[in-house]
Amino acid sequence: MMSNYILEMVNISKEFTGVKALTDVNFKVEKGEIHCLIGENGAGKSTLMKVLSGVYPYGTYKGDIVFEDDIQAFNKISDSVKAGIAIIYQELALFPDLTVYENIFAGNEIKRGAVVDWNQTIAEAKKMLQRVGLNVNPEVLIKDLGVGKQQLVEIAKALSKNVKLLILDEPTAALNENDSENLLELLRELKKQGITCIMISHKLKEVISIADKATVLRDGRTICTLDGSKGEITENTIIRNMVGREIEDIYPKRASKSIGSKILEVKNWTAYDPQLGRDVVKDVNLHVKKGEIVGIAGLMGSGRTELARSIFGNPKSYRLQGELLVNGSAKSLKHPKDAIKEGIAYVTEDRKGDGLFLIQDIKNNISAANLNGISRKGVINDNKEIRIASDYKSSLNVKAPSIEQIVGNLSGGNQQKVSLGKWLFVGPQLLILDEPTRGIDVGAKFEIYTIMNKLIAEGMSIIMISSELGEILGMSDRIYVMAEGAIKGELPIEEANQENIMQFATQ
Amino acid sequence: MNLVTQGKKEHQTNILSEGKTLLKVNIREYGMYIALFVIMLTFSILTDGLFMSSRNISNLLDATGYIAVLAVGMTLVIVIRHIDLSVGFAAGFLGAIAAILLSQAGVPVYLTIPIILILGIIVGLFNGVLVASLGIPSFVASLAGMLIFRGALLRVTEKTGTIIVKDEHFNALGNGYIPSLFKLDDLNFLSLLLGVLVILLFIYFEVSKRRNKIKYQFEVISKSMFTVKLIFVSAIIAYITYIISGYNGFSWTVIIMLAVVVIYHFLTTSTVLGRHIYAVGSNPEAAHLSGINVKKITYIVFGSMGLLSALSGILFTARLQSATTTAGTLFELDAIAAAYVGGVSAAGGVGKVTGSIIGAIVMASLSSGMNLMGVGISYQYMIRGGVLAIAVIFDVMTRRKRS
Repeated sequence: MMSNYILEMVNISKEFTGVKALTDVNFKVEKGEIHCLIGENGAGKSTLMKVLSGVYPYGTYKGDIVFEDDIQAFNKISDSVKAGIAIIYQELALFPDLTVYENIFAGNEIKRGAVVDWNQTIAEAKKMLQRVGLNVNPEVLIKDLGVGKQQLVEIAKALSKNVKLLILDEPTAALNENDSENLLELLRELKKQGITCIMISHKLKEVISIADKATVLRDGRTICTLDGSKGEITENTIIRNMVGREIEDIYPKRASKSIGSKILEVKNWTAYDPQLGRDVVKDVNLHVKKGEIVGIAGLMGSGRTELARSIFGNPKSYRLQGELLVNGSAKSLKHPKDAIKEGIAYVTEDRKGDGLFLIQDIKNNISAANLNGISRKGVINDNKEIRIASDYKSSLNVKAPSIEQIVGNLSGGNQQKVSLGKWLFVGPQLLILDEPTRGIDVGAKFEIYTIMNKLIAEGMSIIMISSELGEILGMSDRIYVMAEGAIKGELPIEEANQENIMQFATQ
Repeated sequence: MNLVTQGKKEHQTNILSEGKTLLKVNIREYGMYIALFVIMLTFSILTDGLFMSSRNISNLLDATGYIAVLAVGMTLVIVIRHIDLSVGFAAGFLGAIAAILLSQAGVPVYLTIPIILILGIIVGLFNGVLVASLGIPSFVASLAGMLIFRGALLRVTEKTGTIIVKDEHFNALGNGYIPSLFKLDDLNFLSLLLGVLVILLFIYFEVSKRRNKIKYQFEVISKSMFTVKLIFVSAIIAYITYIISGYNGFSWTVIIMLAVVVIYHFLTTSTVLGRHIYAVGSNPEAAHLSGINVKKITYIVFGSMGLLSALSGILFTARLQSATTTAGTLFELDAIAAAYVGGVSAAGGVGKVTGSIIGAIVMASLSSGMNLMGVGISYQYMIRGGVLAIAVIFDVMTRRKRS
């Protein structure tokens, strides 16, 4: 082998319609090292790994993937697996109702002729389990194992395919301290066995403890590669590189601020998700005053959406504890309908998934949450609906030929405006926006910020959940920072900056 | 060719090309009408015109009644992404209960009918609870229901076998016709009047809809295309009215069928409830987060299906003037087939009750035509199954093209 590098990604660029996810990314990994990939949400880490693993096939990106000194052209995931690259996602890809050994060799069965050799399979599985230090009976079902052990089964699966380069996406995100430590130890073991690891992680303390090298991505570009042996991998250096952009003047100024009394408050607010078997919101104390924009910052998985939903009528039926006060009086909101009645609106983060009715037109979508507003005694007044939808279409500047345009055919920015329009028609006092400008072009973003300011001037209050620090700092009056379901910090805008927010977010 | 004739020719080609584009874009909406036309034409030719005789068309529509009302209810069930396989034997069972109440328990007809309808609603609500509250997949829950009703039907008809219904009023629902007042040229006058009324109403609604659209500057089809559409549909309604009036006129079954369609059409297109139903079908999560009570909607849709199953049972029993031990067999097949031919989508959120009625008539025409031609029952089953498959394939293929 000519070079030290097992992997070189050279000048990788990837674009989705209108959005540049990666621009000239250069990423080099030496053989046998543990290399961490760091960046904010949307920085491009997952996209880069998807290019590498073949999820985005050869031809859909620019640049070269050089693996073991050969330029690769992966057309599908199995191509990269055959080359010796295995990726383990945060949402593990195991079959909960099958056994450990069935999972390890799923898709890669040990056969004798045309028949699966189960005895051999179990024997090999035992060997793999030993390599990862997992002491379980291979006949146990996956769903009966804890997340930490499930992760080890995933790694065992990768080892069974003779992996040379193991990629782990946020491996310790769902693990407790013990399991996390075990996992990191395992990675060090695998390193001794000559396996190279790429680890995507937000947990800076872990990165510092395990990484040989750390590469920081920001806005789809490589910012720097830090060398652990030279002492370059420190918390300060990483954070500085993760966020280091100027907040350009892309956030419209607000005329004046008039902030009133508390319109919403939660005290000791805890939400337990019976499906996941754990608390997704932990003892949160948060309030919003009239006329405020409250930003909620945090990295993915920090519980912000769960917090918003637990307040907005608890659609997932979490077990709730604590107090919720609307305008000072305690309320129990058991259904989104109750929240709407109290003047709370929630614009979801996944507009296509649960925010819009994609096969219906603009006017049907805009009236959807307030049909009473366009009907009398249950009968819909078509003309009223047309008038109201037209008003919102023009005031929000939705670019479409008519209000009979099917929403599924609109661009992301216009879809988001329709989603917003639906909730504005409810006439809320509190508007909760969950990632309001995700996947939207710069022009539409500015429009949405301007609309937000106008709403504030008209007396509304806004909670803005966002993973974009620039947005949070540019628009909020006050900022809460969440991590792992709890509020780690509260900052008035005058005291907030990118570094201290990121510090709270990575605790 | 001078300018005038050239202009006329261009005018003609414009209508044709507009028609072609309209068809391509709205193939889903018009597909079932085309299917109906093709089937009726085919059978007319194959039976030397016997198919389109007054007697046959009248009988055909009467035979459609008990399936058509099921198809209307099934449309809503499929729209909210569920299915109800129990409607056939539920109808058979409820029809048998009606027969027992009328003939053995001596309950008067004006009490029997509401009782059966209410029983139907209860049955439907029960299904709804299983599906919405307990989260049982509707396929399994209704399959269980189907078996239970099969057994229940056998149980109540076990001792007596077929139960004869002698009540005149009840049987009129399935066999009677609206009174004629007097005969105009050997045609049922009231029926003709009804037909004319329907045409006038249709023209009125279409014209005001178009005027409204123009007011708000929405896209409308050209005036000439619009006129063609009006004339075409009116002609069909007139023709059918003429044919029916030549026999005995509109039967009570047809009146009930039309009433159900009109009510459900109004509910689904003009009410808040209708919007909620289609929202739940289009995206249940978004509906939930928009403040819609998805469980309540599920109860209502299944309750309505139960109500219509009861109505179907009443119509079928009245038509046969008796309750048999096999009443209801495969009704759900025809109802589901009718809904799919009528344009409902397996993905949910799409489907009109007016389409399902046409779908029901399509399936009934198939049976009627095949009977007239003496096609064996085994082949009939295969052909009906084939048509259902084609309808679903059509649904999937046209959906893919749009997205």
